[in-house]
Amino acid sequence: MNRLFTLNKYFKRNKGRLSLGVLFILISDFTQVFIPLMLKDSIDALQANASSDLIIRYAIIIFALAVVSGFFRYMIRQTIIVVSRKIEFDLRQDFWTHLLKLSHRYFQNTSTGNIMAHATNDIAAVRMYVGPAVMYSIDTAIKFLIVITIMLSINPTLTAIILLPLPILSFFVYKLSKKIHKKFTLIQETFSDITTMAQENFSGIRIIKSYVREAFEIEKFAKESSEYRKRNMDKIKIQAFFMPLLFLITGTSIILLILIGGNMVIDNQLTLGDIAAFLFFLGMLIWPTIAFGWVANIVQQADASLKRLHTIYDEKIEVKESKETDKSIEEIEGSIKFEKVSFKYGDELPDILTNVTLEIPKGSTLAIVGHTGVGKTSMINLVSRLFDVTSGNIFIDGKNIKSIPLNVLRKNIGMVPQETFLFSDTLENNILYGVENKNKELLNKVANISQLDKDVNQFSEKYNTVLGERGITLSGGQKQRTSIARALAINPKILILDDSFSAVDTKTEEEILIKLKEFMKDRTSIIISHRISTVKDADNIIVLDNGVIAEQGKHNELIDVGGIYYDIHYKQLLEDELQREG
Amino acid sequence: MSCNVRGSGGNNSAKSQNPDDEILGKAYDSKLMKRLLSYVKPYKKYVVAAIFVNIVVAALGAIRPYLTKIAIDDYIVNSNYDGLVTISAILFGTLIFQAIAQYFLTYYTQLMGQNIIYDLRVKLFAHVQKLALKYFDKTPIGRIVTRVTNDVESLNELFASGIVMIFSDIFIIIWILIFMFAMEWELTLVSLSVLPFLIYATFLFRRKVRESYRDVRFQLARLNSYMQEHITGMSIIQLFSKEKKEKTNFAEINDAHKIANINSIFYFAVFFPIVEMLSSGAVALIIWYGGGNVIQGTMTIGVLFAFIQYTEMFFRPIRDLSEKYNIMQTAMASSERIFKLLDNDTIIENPTSPKAINNFTGNVDFKNVWFAYNKEEYVLKDISFSVNTGETVAIVGATGAGKSSIINLLNRFYDVNKGSILVDGIDIRDISKEDLRNHISIVLQDVFLFSGTIASNINLGDSSITEEQIINASKTVGAHGFISKLPEKYNAVVKEKGATLSVGQKQLISFARALAFNPQILILDEATSSVDTETEILIQKAIEKLLKGRTSIVIAHRLSTIQNSDKIIVLHKGEIKEVGTHQQLLSKKGIYFKLYQLQYKDQEVK
Ligand SMILES: Nc1ncnc2c1ncn2[C@@H]1O[C@H](COP(=O)(O)OP(=O)(O)OP(=O)(O)O)[C@@H](O)[C@H]1O
Ligand SMILES: Nc1ncnc2c1ncn2[C@@H]1O[C@H](COP(=O)(O)OP(=O)(O)OP(=O)(O)O)[C@@H](O)[C@H]1O
Ligand SMILES: [Mg+2]
Repeated sequence: MNRLFTLNKYFKRNKGRLSLGVLFILISDFTQVFIPLMLKDSIDALQANASSDLIIRYAIIIFALAVVSGFFRYMIRQTIIVVSRKIEFDLRQDFWTHLLKLSHRYFQNTSTGNIMAHATNDIAAVRMYVGPAVMYSIDTAIKFLIVITIMLSINPTLTAIILLPLPILSFFVYKLSKKIHKKFTLIQETFSDITTMAQENFSGIRIIKSYVREAFEIEKFAKESSEYRKRNMDKIKIQAFFMPLLFLITGTSIILLILIGGNMVIDNQLTLGDIAAFLFFLGMLIWPTIAFGWVANIVQQADASLKRLHTIYDEKIEVKESKETDKSIEEIEGSIKFEKVSFKYGDELPDILTNVTLEIPKGSTLAIVGHTGVGKTSMINLVSRLFDVTSGNIFIDGKNIKSIPLNVLRKNIGMVPQETFLFSDTLENNILYGVENKNKELLNKVANISQLDKDVNQFSEKYNTVLGERGITLSGGQKQRTSIARALAINPKILILDDSFSAVDTKTEEEILIKLKEFMKDRTSIIISHRISTVKDADNIIVLDNGVIAEQGKHNELIDVGGIYYDIHYKQLLEDELQREG
Repeated sequence: MSCNVRGSGGNNSAKSQNPDDEILGKAYDSKLMKRLLSYVKPYKKYVVAAIFVNIVVAALGAIRPYLTKIAIDDYIVNSNYDGLVTISAILFGTLIFQAIAQYFLTYYTQLMGQNIIYDLRVKLFAHVQKLALKYFDKTPIGRIVTRVTNDVESLNELFASGIVMIFSDIFIIIWILIFMFAMEWELTLVSLSVLPFLIYATFLFRRKVRESYRDVRFQLARLNSYMQEHITGMSIIQLFSKEKKEKTNFAEINDAHKIANINSIFYFAVFFPIVEMLSSGAVALIIWYGGGNVIQGTMTIGVLFAFIQYTEMFFRPIRDLSEKYNIMQTAMASSERIFKLLDNDTIIENPTSPKAINNFTGNVDFKNVWFAYNKEEYVLKDISFSVNTGETVAIVGATGAGKSSIINLLNRFYDVNKGSILVDGIDIRDISKEDLRNHISIVLQDVFLFSGTIASNINLGDSSITEEQIINASKTVGAHGFISKLPEKYNAVVKEKGATLSVGQKQLISFARALAFNPQILILDEATSSVDTETEILIQKAIEKLLKGRTSIVIAHRLSTIQNSDKIIVLHKGEIKEVGTHQQLLSKKGIYFKLYQLQYKDQEVK
C-alpha cells in the first residue's frame, strides 16, 4: 500500500480545498444526526400528548437541519470531487509527459491498445481512490463516530445488538468485492483482447478482404465475444449475492430493533421515539457500512492500478540526457564519426553492427546499401538516437553524441523514416510539423523540392486537404514525399533518407535528387537505397554486410572493386543492354 | 502551426460537434428504444419472468413497513410479547424470500443482457466486415473500434440493469402508493405534496446533465483519439523534438476534459442534496400533519412509523435516478451510434444471382473505365486494356498516376464510375466478391502484418494452408533464410504492425502470403520496392516457374523488374499513354523511353 503514498504530492497541491472538504463533511454530518434526534423528541412528545405547536416546531427544525446539511453536501462535492478531477488531470498529464520520454524500443514492444488501457482504466481507478473513496471514508468515519456515540448514549445494549449485523455486512461486501475484482480483471483482459482484435482487423481490412478471410475473422471474434460473455456471467454469479445480502443484513438489523427494542418499550426501558431515532440512525449507517467494504476495494484497485502505472513510470528511459550532456551545445555543424560502433537489439540477439568505424565529413553525402535486413535502418537510428549504441561511440562535430542535448541533436536531423507516418491532419500541418511558425513560403519551397506541389495542385483543397489516418488517402509516393518535405522543412544540418524513394518513380526521384543537391550543398546527408541510380552520385558509398562495412568508396571505385556493389549494379542493368555489351 | 487543429477526428475545436456524437430529440429516443427492444425479442421469456418476479420482490419490500406498523400498534403498544415475536418471524420470512428472488432476478436479467450484447456485437462486427473501403478511408479506426467495444458495452448496462431497475422501481412505487393510500389517504396526499418539486428538479437535472454528459463524452473521445494517434506516431514526435508542443496540445485537451467533468459535478452536487432535502421535507410534513392526527387520536403512532419508512423507500429510487439516467443517456447515445453504423450501407453488394467462375482462366479486360474517389475528381480516365491468360502485364507511371487505383478496382475494393471490368468475359459486378477475390492474390503497396506469428501472417489462420506450403512460399520469396535464423522460426512472435522486423522483411512476408494462397491471378503492387536487388531477382526467377499459365499484373518503379513482361502499360495522370513490349516501347521513343534513359544513364558495365 506504500505506493498510494506516492499520490501524496497530488493531494498536497490541493491541500486547501481538501481541508475545506473535510470541514464540510464534519458540518454536514453533525447537522444530519440531529434529524433523528428531533424525530425522537417529536414522537416522544406525541406520546406525551404535547401541543401541536411543539410538533410544528419540530417539523420546521427537521426541515431546516436538512437544508443546512444539504448545502454542505453540495459543498463537499464541489471541493473533494472537483479536487479528484484536478488530480486526474495531473495524473494524466504526468503520464503523457512520461510517455513522451520513453524510448523507441518501448513503443515497438508495447501495443498501442495496452498503453491506452493504462491511460484510461488505470488512471480512472486511481481517480476513484482520490475522489469518491477519500470522500466516503472520511464521511463514514465521522458518521460512525457521531452516530454510534449518540446511540450508545440512548441505549448501549440495544445499540450493540442491532449493530452486530453491520460488521458482517462490511465483511461480506469486502470479500465479495475482492472476488468480483478478480473476475473483473479476467473480464478486462478479454475486453482488451476484443479491442485489440477489432483494432487489428479494421486496420488490416484490405488484407482481410483481399484474401476473403471475413468469415474466419467473424468466427474468431464471435468466439472471443462468447468467452467474454462467459467471464461476465462468472462475475455476475457472485455479484448477484450483493443485493440480497444487503437486504438480509440490514433487514435483520431492523427486525432486531423492532423485536428487542419493542420488548424494551413494553418493559418501559425505551420510548417509541427512541425506536424511531434508531430506525433513522440505522438508515444513516447502512450506506457507510457498504461504502466501507466498497472503499476497501477501491483502495486495492487503485493500488493495483498504480502498480501498473509504475511499471511504466519505472520503465527504463534508454535514451536520455545524462551527466555527460553539455547544455552549452546549441548548434551542430554536421560531421559524423562512428568509432568501433557495435549494436544489437538484445543480449540474446545477434550483433547487427560489429565494430563499425566510419567518417562522414560535414557537407558530404553518404550512401548505404546492403541486403534486406542487414542493419541499414538500425545504423541510422543510432545517429538520431532512437537507439543507443551497444558499444563504441558516435561523434558529431567531434563531440560524443551523448553529450549533445537530445533536442539540439534531433532538431538538426531531418529524418525521413523508412515507414511513413502522417497525422490525420491537413497536408500543411503535416509538412510543417517540425516548424514553430506557419510559413507559406517554406511550405512551397519544400513541397517543390520534394515534387509534391504538382500532386497537391490537383487536390481541390490543396494544402488544406485533410489526410485519412496515417495518410491513407494519399498514394504511396505522395505519402513518402510528404514525409520528405516534412524533414526538409526543419532546415536540418543532417538529412537522413531511409529508402525514401521506394514508392517514387525514377523520373520524379531524379527531379527530387537534382533539387536536393542544391538544398544539401552544405549539409550532411545519409541516403539508404536499393537503387544504384539513387546512390551513384554520393561522395561515399558503404556496403553493409554481416554487420560490417564490406566495401567503401565512390561509385566508380566500387565498380572497380568488383564485389557486392558491382554485383548489384550489374544485376540492375537491363538484360538487353548486357546482351548488347556482348 | 496551430496547436488546436489536429486531425479530422472531429477534434477541431472543443465545441465543434462530431456528427457521431450528436444526440437528437426525444422523438428519436423513443424510436431508438423501440429498435433496441427488438433485440430483446428472442429473450421474451426472460422478460416476462423478470417482470413477474419483480412484482413479487417489490411487494415483499413494500409490505415490511406495514408489518412494522402492526408490530407497533398491535403488539408493542399493547404489550404483547408473543405477537411481537411472531411478527418478527414473519418479517424475517419476507426478507429471506425477497433475497432469494432478488438473486435469481439479477442473475437472469444479466444473462439476458449478456446474450443481447453478444448478439449485437457479433452482428456489428460482421456488418463492418461488409463495409466498403470508402468507409474505412474516411473513418478513423479508433472510432469503429469504439462502436464494437465501448458502445456495445454501455448497452449492456441498459439491458442488464437499466430496464430491470426501471421496472422494479415502478413496481415498488406502485406498491408503496397502494399501502400508503390504504392506510391513510389524506396523509399520503400531504406527504406526496413535495412530489411536484421533485419532478421539476428531476426534469431540470435531466436536461442539464444530458448536455453536460454530451460534452464529457465528446471530450473523452477527443482525448482518446489524440492519445491513440500520437502513441502510434511517437517516433515522429521524438524525431522532430515536438515533445514540448505535444505536451501543451495534450494539456489543452486534457483540460477541456477536466472542465467538462467539473461542470457535470455541479449538477450532481445540486441534485443529490435537493432530493435529500425534499425527502426530509416529506418527513417533516408527516410529523406535522400526522402528528396532529395522532394528538387528535384519529391516527395511530404506528402509521407514522410506516409512513416515515415509506418516504425513505419512495425517495431511494429517485435518488438513484441520476445514476440510472446516466446509464440511459450513455446507452441512448451509444445505441444511436451503433444503429448509424448498422444502417451504413457503404457496401459493395454482391449480385443477387452471381455467376460462378468455372475453370477460371485468368483473362482480364478493362473497358473504358473511369474512376474517382471523390466526385468528379477522376483519377482514372477511359482506361482500356486486356490481359490474356498466362500473361504478365506491367503498369508503370509517375507516382500518383493511378496505378494502385487500377488494382483497387480489379479487386472490387471500389466500383468503377463508368465502363466495366471483365474477367473471363464476365463483368466483375456479376460475380460474388468472395469468388472473385479467391482467385486473386494481391501484394499491397502498404504492407500490413497482424500481431501473431510469422506463420499466422502467411496463412492468415487458414488451416487448409499447410506448413509445407508456408515454407515453400517463404523459400520462393527468399524469406526462409532470415526466418530460419530466428530462434522460434515460423512461430516467431510478430509484434503489432511487425515492429521488430526490417521493412524489407515485412514485405517479403506479405509476398509469401500472396503465394501461399495459390492464386490464379497474382497482383504485385510495388511488392519488392524495399527489397534488395539480389533477393528481387531470386524472387523473379522463382515465381517465373510458378506463374506459368497464370495471369499476373505487376506495378514497379524499377524498370529492370518488368522488362520481361508481355505487355507494359504506361500510365500518366490517369490515362494510358503507351502500351507495348519493352522493345516496342523503346523504339517508340516516348515516355517509357525517357524513363528508361533516366534510370540507366551514365550507368555502364565495366
Ligand atoms: N482512398 C483514396 N481516397 C481519395 N483519393 C485517393 C485515395 N487513394 C488514392 N487517392 C488519390 O488518387 C490518385 C491516384 O492514386 P494511386 O494510389 O492510384 O497512385 P499510384 O499510381 O499507385 O501512385 P504511387 O506510385 O505513388 O503508389 C492520387 O492522387 C491519390 O492522392
Ligand atoms: N526492434 C527490433 N528488435 C529486434 N530485432 C530487430 C528490431 N528491429 C530490427 N530488427 C532486426 O534487425 C535486423 C536489421 O534490421 P534493419 O531494419 O536495420 O534492416 P535494414 O537493413 O534496414 O533492412 P531493409 O532493407 O529491409 O530496410 C533485421 O534482421 C531485423 O529483423
Ligand atoms: Mg530498413
